[in-house]
Amino acid sequence: MTVDLLYDWLNETIPFLSGNDLLLLFAILIPALMLFLVIAVNAIVLVYAERKVSAFMQDRVGPMGQGVGLHAGKWGMLQTIADALKLISKEDIIPKLADRKLFIMAPFIIFVGAFIAVIALPFGESLIVADMNIGIFYILAVSSFGVIGLILAGWSSNNKWSLYGGMRSAAQIISYEIPAGLSLVTVIMLTGTLSMQGIIQYQSGGIFDWIVFSSPFSFIAFIIYFIAGIAETNRTPFDIPEAESELVGGFHTEYSGMRWSFFFLSEYANMLVVNGVAVTAFLGGWQSPISGYFNTAGWGIFWFISKILVLVFVMMWVRWTFPRLRVDQLMDICWKYLLPIALMNIFGVGLWTLIFG
Amino acid sequence: MGVIHGEEMVLNIGPQHPSTHGVLRLKVKTDGEVVSDIYPVIGYLHRSFEKHCENVTYEQVVPYTDRCDYIASMNNNLGYAVTVEELMGIEVPEKVEYIRIIVAEFNRIASHLLALGTYGLDVGAFTPFLYMFRDRERILDMFEMVCGARLLYNYIWVGGVSHDLPKGFVETAYQFLDYFEPQVTEYNNLLTYNKIFVERTADVGVLPPDVAINYGVTGPNLRASGVKWDIRKDEPYSIYDKFDFDVPVGQGELGTIGDCWDRYWVRMREIEESVKILRQALKGLPKDGDVHQAIPKKIRPPKGSIYKRTESPRGDLAYYITSDGKPKPYRLKMRSPAFTSLSVLNKISKGWMLSDVIAILGSLDIVLGEIDR
Repeated sequence: MTVDLLYDWLNETIPFLSGNDLLLLFAILIPALMLFLVIAVNAIVLVYAERKVSAFMQDRVGPMGQGVGLHAGKWGMLQTIADALKLISKEDIIPKLADRKLFIMAPFIIFVGAFIAVIALPFGESLIVADMNIGIFYILAVSSFGVIGLILAGWSSNNKWSLYGGMRSAAQIISYEIPAGLSLVTVIMLTGTLSMQGIIQYQSGGIFDWIVFSSPFSFIAFIIYFIAGIAETNRTPFDIPEAESELVGGFHTEYSGMRWSFFFLSEYANMLVVNGVAVTAFLGGWQSPISGYFNTAGWGIFWFISKILVLVFVMMWVRWTFPRLRVDQLMDICWKYLLPIALMNIFGVGLWTLIFG
Repeated sequence: MGVIHGEEMVLNIGPQHPSTHGVLRLKVKTDGEVVSDIYPVIGYLHRSFEKHCENVTYEQVVPYTDRCDYIASMNNNLGYAVTVEELMGIEVPEKVEYIRIIVAEFNRIASHLLALGTYGLDVGAFTPFLYMFRDRERILDMFEMVCGARLLYNYIWVGGVSHDLPKGFVETAYQFLDYFEPQVTEYNNLLTYNKIFVERTADVGVLPPDVAINYGVTGPNLRASGVKWDIRKDEPYSIYDKFDFDVPVGQGELGTIGDCWDRYWVRMREIEESVKILRQALKGLPKDGDVHQAIPKKIRPPKGSIYKRTESPRGDLAYYITSDGKPKPYRLKMRSPAFTSLSVLNKISKGWMLSDVIAILGSLDIVLGEIDR
């Protein structure tokens, strides 16, 4: 959608190139660069937020600048940038016995998996790179793409810890895709569309028109999706793939420097995607909570991002409160609890729409 | 389809690993996630403690005992001092006895806080660890007040203590206890009764009482298996017989008796009991008295040998000293409680998953400085 608009606009403003394929390339590259910026800024903000949130929960102050000389800015706000600079300047180590090609490829595959999911996120009424009519299906499909990268990273490192981490994450992410998908099915049943913008249009109105409050079943669906989302982003209590007290670093044990930071970048990009989908599907997307007020395009971005940040905060809250589950318990929760509940939920939503819809 | 037989993989945990509590190395035979055999390799921190002791005078042994169980140095000092005093027949003033009990029990709280905090870390909970370290820090500050050191105190000497308690110590101690007692409830809310924590630890790594006794496991690990055995009660040394306190034992409240959760819970209860002892000791502490008066000018125990055990936070800590009447011990042997606790690891963690092995190891609360000596 944005690509088409951009292409038309470029055609008009640069008449001597109109109809040229070069313009189409620009029209594709500009949003891509914008999204890369969004992901980078997202990671910088979220890493800082994570440090500060965890610090406040643990009775610490977190990163703080002293105000003299080289320091991390007021309240340590430049800490993430300092970290990034450090990571860039670090030595790039590839273990001798690692599978070189796969080892180099793995972080990029994971990053691509997170990146291509972001293009279907609606940041505003017209601020969406690709408004596909199967948007939500597309996101579900490509977000499991990153698993390949995780397995590759675990396998190619030629390290037993990495192998364990890679295998664990493969099992975990593939399992949790299912309850996540099933809980989104309830949303699709209610709205009758797979398009991200279509789902948001369905929820127009105030806070009580949001799908999460539209029926008790959709509320349950939201909870299931959120739990599965935490598991898909590999965060505590589901962080068994990188459980540092057991597996040292899990699949990224052997990675360092910029390669390692790509795992980090994609973890936070994944959080953006998972929470973005949750906001779109259950919390009214870029719609204002008060019907008829604050509903302009600028406010749309504000609402979308602030809703995401609220969910991100809950994720951080959970992470710094709970211990970690064991592998079999993790699978139990998915297959014995979440999946049956999600299935019953679909049935419940069906009945609900039949009776009240 | 038949059963698929995978290949067993030998996993080398440590000596550099986040949760081996020091430089322990575990050779773990795994079938997928399930562990079939564990072979602990020790000795990475061996410093010849016992041989060193044969070449230094009795006074000079005290700093070495600090470095054995570096988490509970006061208790190590106390055990050694009590042993040599009994060999020489020294009576120490009442004030010294009270000071010793106070610092030893404070050290027990500090040690258990570290054990519980890192145990939380082992099962993935980061925040309780920092909460407990925050409180442990205040105890270390008090030790700094007392003797200037924060980890290796060299405080309890044969026949006395190195310094008298500083001015304002008793008030600080009372302030800490008033602050600390409600904190235990906070730990319980945050970690002990957390559903995930209970799932991870209850019924895991059960240590039956008979196995525990056969292997010589002592301290909280033995008490968690339901055996009421505490040297402070059963073979009182120093003036522990003057105080009124309970010996908590594992009751299998949320699982089986002797599981990881019980071992955790016994330590938590012992913290409360230590607070009880501390309140009594601070109340009974004599105001006047010289802490140096009983320190002998020359320590030359008569010929003979002695085996004396005391209750360190990890169990029966015993010293065996043989004296030939010279200023240096002829032979000094230390019985370390963590060593016997570690020996039971293979027995109780076979068949559990890799994550459980980490949880079981953490629940045994080992300190490598004491195992390797």
